[in-house]
Amino acid sequence: MFNSRNRAMLLAAAVAAVATAAGAAEPGYYGYGKIASPEEIAGWNIDVRGDDGAGLPPGSGTVARGTEVFSEQCASCHGTFGEGEGRFPKLAGGMGTLKHDRPELTVGSYWPFAPTLFDYINRAMPMQAPHTLSADDVYALTAYILNLNDIVPNEFVADQDSLAKVKMPNRDSFVWTDPRPDTMAKPCMSACANPADVKIVSTAEGRDLTPRTTGPLDTMQPK
Amino acid sequence: MPVRSKPAETSDPRLARRSFLGIGAALTGSLALGVRPGHAQPASPPAEPPWSQSIGPGVVDRPYGRPADAEADVIRRNVPWLTAGTESSISFSPLQSLHGIITPNGLFFERYHSGRPDVDPDQHRLMIHGLVERPLILTMKDIVRFPSVSRIHFIECPANGGMEWRAAQLNSLQFNHGMISCAEWTGVRLSTLLEEVGVKKEAAWAMVEGADGAHMNRSLPLHKCLDDCLVVYAQNGEALRPEQGYPLRLVVPGWEGNVSIKWLRRIKLGDRPWYSREETSKYTDLMPDGTSRGFTWLIDAKSVITFPCPEKPLSGPGLYEIRGLAWTGNGKVKRVDVSTDGGVNWQTARLHEPVLSKALTKFTLPWRWDGRPALLESRVIDETGYVQPTIAQLRKQRGSNSVYHNNSIQTWQVKPDGSVFDVQLA
Repeated sequence: MFNSRNRAMLLAAAVAAVATAAGAAEPGYYGYGKIASPEEIAGWNIDVRGDDGAGLPPGSGTVARGTEVFSEQCASCHGTFGEGEGRFPKLAGGMGTLKHDRPELTVGSYWPFAPTLFDYINRAMPMQAPHTLSADDVYALTAYILNLNDIVPNEFVADQDSLAKVKMPNRDSFVWTDPRPDTMAKPCMSACANPADVKIVSTAEGRDLTPRTTGPLDTMQPK
Repeated sequence: MPVRSKPAETSDPRLARRSFLGIGAALTGSLALGVRPGHAQPASPPAEPPWSQSIGPGVVDRPYGRPADAEADVIRRNVPWLTAGTESSISFSPLQSLHGIITPNGLFFERYHSGRPDVDPDQHRLMIHGLVERPLILTMKDIVRFPSVSRIHFIECPANGGMEWRAAQLNSLQFNHGMISCAEWTGVRLSTLLEEVGVKKEAAWAMVEGADGAHMNRSLPLHKCLDDCLVVYAQNGEALRPEQGYPLRLVVPGWEGNVSIKWLRRIKLGDRPWYSREETSKYTDLMPDGTSRGFTWLIDAKSVITFPCPEKPLSGPGLYEIRGLAWTGNGKVKRVDVSTDGGVNWQTARLHEPVLSKALTKFTLPWRWDGRPALLESRVIDETGYVQPTIAQLRKQRGSNSVYHNNSIQTWQVKPDGSVFDVQLA
């Protein structure tokens, strides 16, 4: 789709590429910093690629072990069966609701890639004490959450090889190229509509959802 | 202004104050005009105000300055019912009280995924590795030594306005539009750092990661990294605020805010994207047919009238200056039109210099309000010719469950008493 915006972006990329080539300093020109050693890189090199599981560490975890770890580390926020406490995210269920008026986006109903689940737990969970779980326990939690969503059987063992082979139910529903602009509004200046057709269909007045914007911070709770 | 006493004739300020306390009739008059009783008037002409009759605190009384006490309401605010806690949440800039294109550092909106980390700049490191010739570890001192650039850019969360997809819900400029701020950023071009490490031919993507508890991460195409991304350590001339990523953050101009990773600790080059949680389960746009759009980085053109607004109503008929802000991730704002009749007729507003690429742009339009109901709207056109859509046009394409990238025209309803409400039109 070669509209003007895409052309502008391609042009900008091309200009940047030329500028980089023309003014490029040789690698190491400045010489600042130190070369990262393999050990230093290994300590921080935690990323796992979603679609093929590249970067998954050695180790493994069962659904049974995941049940234990989950109840200790996760259930207080996410609920024993991933149903979510309060406004904390629901992890399971919601299958087939994506076209509904109120879709439920969970690991099972929405996430496209299973290795992303390992990556995220390992990267950010549990929220109060991130980066404290062993690789085996992260694998076990991944297995348990996939099992809660009926994506893997009870005897499933999550590891470097098995996770990338799990096909998530919503995997093929993502489009990874941006189709915008998808609106083609025209800048009409006068008599753009019949004044009689200009009607308010929705107002925030009286809805009682808006925290105050003067005085101390508002602590209003869900209505 | 009815001032009945003559305090200026006395040289004793205490006498002057006493005489002011007795002016009930004058207070009644001031109430009708919206002046706070006992606040402004007793010190107004012909009186000498008390602050003119005393000596104030000296220099370094406030070694790091702060706003006037009377501005205490001008703060970031949150919507408590929106998120489970404040550690993974958002706060909103008070746009209704800001007057320019630069957001003061203490009022820049916040978005955390694991709270605000307290990073020691001496121990903080940036590691650049993956498909590079020379994997590097840089200290803050190393980074500051590289050639520096300063650029003014906005950062907007793509969820700004996300609560309005279904209907008008929040009667507030701050809460409907305050997930945007704009600052002058100083740092080193990401392209400079990537040249220094030497990008391998097969590299096409970068994974950028923060030092926060969530190690928040996103994938970025290499062409954007080489185009205009900045690795910055300063914000409006001073070190970054902890809330904005101290001591080091990425700024990805014109793209959704969450790719501008704060507390930046790692950049890894690869040949394909990573599909992290923040670019699959979040920050993807669910369409009515059940498909989702991913990697929708661009902030489309958007504008909003910041005066009047629900927080800043009109105080009776007369001449006003409609004021607002416009921006676009595509580059520069080309034009802003304003309507006072719900989009039937439009007038082109004045753009105020500087009009900068991927920065907030101020616009104004004089307006004589006759006291009758009005529907105020602004509509931006950017330098690519893209026109800001209505919410109806957006919904027609995307339904109402896509959460992100609501850049629709805001309608403010003005009632005869001057009050202003957030509404949506058919």
